[in-house]
Amino acid sequence: MTVPCTVRLPIFEGPLDLLLHLIKRNEVQVSDIPIATITDQYLATLEELPELNLDGAGEYLVMAATLVYIKSRMLLPVPEEEDEPEDDPRHELMQQLLEYQRYRDVAVGLGERAVLDRDVFARDPERLGPPRPGEPAEPAVRDASLGDLLDALRGVLRRLRPPPVHEVPREEISIGQAVERVLARFADAEAVEFAALFAPEATRAEVIATFLALLELIRLRVLRAQQAERFGAIMLTLAVATVAEAAGRVHDLGRWSGEEGQHGDGDRDR
Amino acid sequence: METETAIDSEYPNSNGHDQAAAQVELGRLPALIESLLFAAGAPVGISRLVEALDGPERREVAAALKALTESYDRDGRGLRLVQVAGGYQLRTPHEHAPWVRRLLRERPPRLSRPMLETLAIVAYRQPCTRVEIEAVRGVEADAVLSTLLDRRLVRIVGRKDAPGRPLLYGTTREFLEVFGLPDLSALPTLRELGEAEILGSPELVVDAAGVRPPAVNGEGTEPDGTGAEPPGDTG
Repeated sequence: MTVPCTVRLPIFEGPLDLLLHLIKRNEVQVSDIPIATITDQYLATLEELPELNLDGAGEYLVMAATLVYIKSRMLLPVPEEEDEPEDDPRHELMQQLLEYQRYRDVAVGLGERAVLDRDVFARDPERLGPPRPGEPAEPAVRDASLGDLLDALRGVLRRLRPPPVHEVPREEISIGQAVERVLARFADAEAVEFAALFAPEATRAEVIATFLALLELIRLRVLRAQQAERFGAIMLTLAVATVAEAAGRVHDLGRWSGEEGQHGDGDRDR
Repeated sequence: METETAIDSEYPNSNGHDQAAAQVELGRLPALIESLLFAAGAPVGISRLVEALDGPERREVAAALKALTESYDRDGRGLRLVQVAGGYQLRTPHEHAPWVRRLLRERPPRLSRPMLETLAIVAYRQPCTRVEIEAVRGVEADAVLSTLLDRRLVRIVGRKDAPGRPLLYGTTREFLEVFGLPDLSALPTLRELGEAEILGSPELVVDAAGVRPPAVNGEGTEPDGTGAEPPGDTG
């Protein structure tokens, strides 16, 4: 309609970010948004956005619907004696914007701090090694939580080699096999470090199977996971007397005896 | 360099290292602490310093830390002594960043706006779920949370006792280290930010009082008295 002009659009982090941008541009207060103006500008901006990717578009469109709804409610006559702020159709949106704005301000503040390895530098910390097997446990040792185990798993997955480009035959490993492999490690060692359970050349599937086996063994109270400090090495020890006893306890459950999941593909070949 | 020379001249026969460790002269304390902090690299809590020094009292160590901090600031040295993540650490001053970066040839860590915003929300509301973060930012948080987990700036601290048992996220010790924060209470209270705007909305003030940052993350660091407030007395 009007003369097309090229507008360099700032990159918006979402509908709230875009709304705050419009509010600032119009020099109005969040607490008193001229909803008609802002809605029109919001919709206009959506059309201008060069490539609104589909994932993000939904969030912007929901906000557009909300704005139009508020705009329509603002047109309804308001009984005069009721002047509660909650009755303002804009109330909820206003709160949401204020809250987002506060966290956005914090985010700006964080970004302006002297960030380690960007603005300021320190020596690489000397890491104290994990306690050796047989060494008396330090008093600070606590049971590792699921979060700790997941952190450690992330560490292992990060170290995995990048996936090779050529086709490799898929090696299936069941959790049952993984349990046996894990237990075998305790035949000649009292304690095994978490990371040591995962061979550097292990595939992602092997790592996952081993991790699941580990969780299962901890759940069955066959193994114990302990850690001296956050992100420190997680040491695994047998919670039962011998490997044989551990194997026995696992076997009693008999959960992994069937190699389920390996035969399912056969039917499709016809 | 200069400091080491100074120590040598002051203590010419410093061969009996082990005996020297038994008694620490107070005058030597700042330089000794400097050595410990240099050797450690990572932030060291004051209790750990007291333990390693084995002799001087905590308040003497604290005084030496203060003296050391001031001497670094005053003399315009190439290091600063900063309080971070519940401990003390030697770091290069901000102004020297361009040269250090050129030497290390490493790209500075990227901190995007979504990352910073998500971190801000997690820092103040922890433990909080992904859905709570998304409610504040109005956009999906899956990808950015995964990045933050990889960078160890947030961690999974548990599961919420709610339908679906969603994961709860919290900030890490590395978060404090990266942003040079002594502890979580060093973050400004949300009420301080944008106070003027909130005044118009009575509900939000109540809300803001409830979302001040939690006292300490409990990452195995010791309380250093910084920002730790005694609970309000019921006089």
